[in-house]
Amino acid sequence: MDSQATATLPEQAHAAHEHPEYVRHHFANATQQRETANFGMWLYLLTEIMFFSGLFIAYLIYRNWYYPAFVAGSHQLKIWAGTLNTVVLICSSFTMAMGVYAAEMRNRKALVRWLILTLILGTGFLCIKGYEWHDEWENHHVPGLNFSTTTFTHVDARYPQDKPLPQDMAEKTQTYFSLYFTMTGLHALHMIVGVLILLVLIAQAYNGAYTTGHMNTIENFGLYWHFVDIVWIFLFPLLYLISRHQ
Amino acid sequence: MSEPTHHTHTVVPPRVYGAVFGTLLCFTALTVFASYLELGVFNAVVALAIAVIKSLLVILFFMHIRYSSKLTKLTLAAGFFTFIVLVAMTLTDYMSRAWGMW
Repeated sequence: MDSQATATLPEQAHAAHEHPEYVRHHFANATQQRETANFGMWLYLLTEIMFFSGLFIAYLIYRNWYYPAFVAGSHQLKIWAGTLNTVVLICSSFTMAMGVYAAEMRNRKALVRWLILTLILGTGFLCIKGYEWHDEWENHHVPGLNFSTTTFTHVDARYPQDKPLPQDMAEKTQTYFSLYFTMTGLHALHMIVGVLILLVLIAQAYNGAYTTGHMNTIENFGLYWHFVDIVWIFLFPLLYLISRHQ
Repeated sequence: MSEPTHHTHTVVPPRVYGAVFGTLLCFTALTVFASYLELGVFNAVVALAIAVIKSLLVILFFMHIRYSSKLTKLTLAAGFFTFIVLVAMTLTDYMSRAWGMW
């Protein structure tokens, strides 16, 4: 038999030798395929780390330059909302990890359940973030669209120990809020993309796509979701916490 | 055909996920508590140290790096090394120009 000819027809090629349906033909076996998918996902996450790092560095440098403005800007955020969101996101990372475990155990019902929990928590995070953004809009803290320096040139009742900023430094709170909206906005965009992918994954998982041994997609989505969690683990202290006492 | 280098796949048990989850919540409470203490410059140091510990826990256990192949570990390490180099180069550039003169 001409082996070259059979290899060009996937249906026949699969019949020719024994291996699971989901292993692509250019892989030696399922393990190699899994390792390759995992490696590719990590390369993608590294580019994401570099992407967010640029913003973190900008934050570091500008915070040193316009220190009083960054402290005053940070005092306007709600610590309780940031803490609640951190807890929500950590919970969602846990439910996602349990989803990967359920896929590993080939338990379709458990997988769907954990993914739905992750979806609910992810959406909850976005709702709380949206509430905060709405509040910042109401308080005229959105640079370029709706911004006023009055909060920073007068003594804030909630922070009576804060000295009012001179006008030129008060203007620089716009730099703080620009970085705040860019960083939380890009983080939220990643969450929205994650939530949309989750919707598709839940439908596929419900139909049993990931509980027959092939679960690279679930594993890689888990990596993405945990990465987004890590970004928030750094955003939370930097934006909300470290300027509390200055 | 030669077999690819083999790496045994580990299934991480739920109790590990549970323990990591609990630890992450404790560290979140700790970092919020620490932010209400008057520590001067150490407020930022403590907050960042806790963030690094939390992200390491997520990377090692939730993202399975502790159980991954050497290739994956090396890839991640190379990424962090590149990150450090870029941060150092950016900061030396800013600090050697007009630092404190804005």
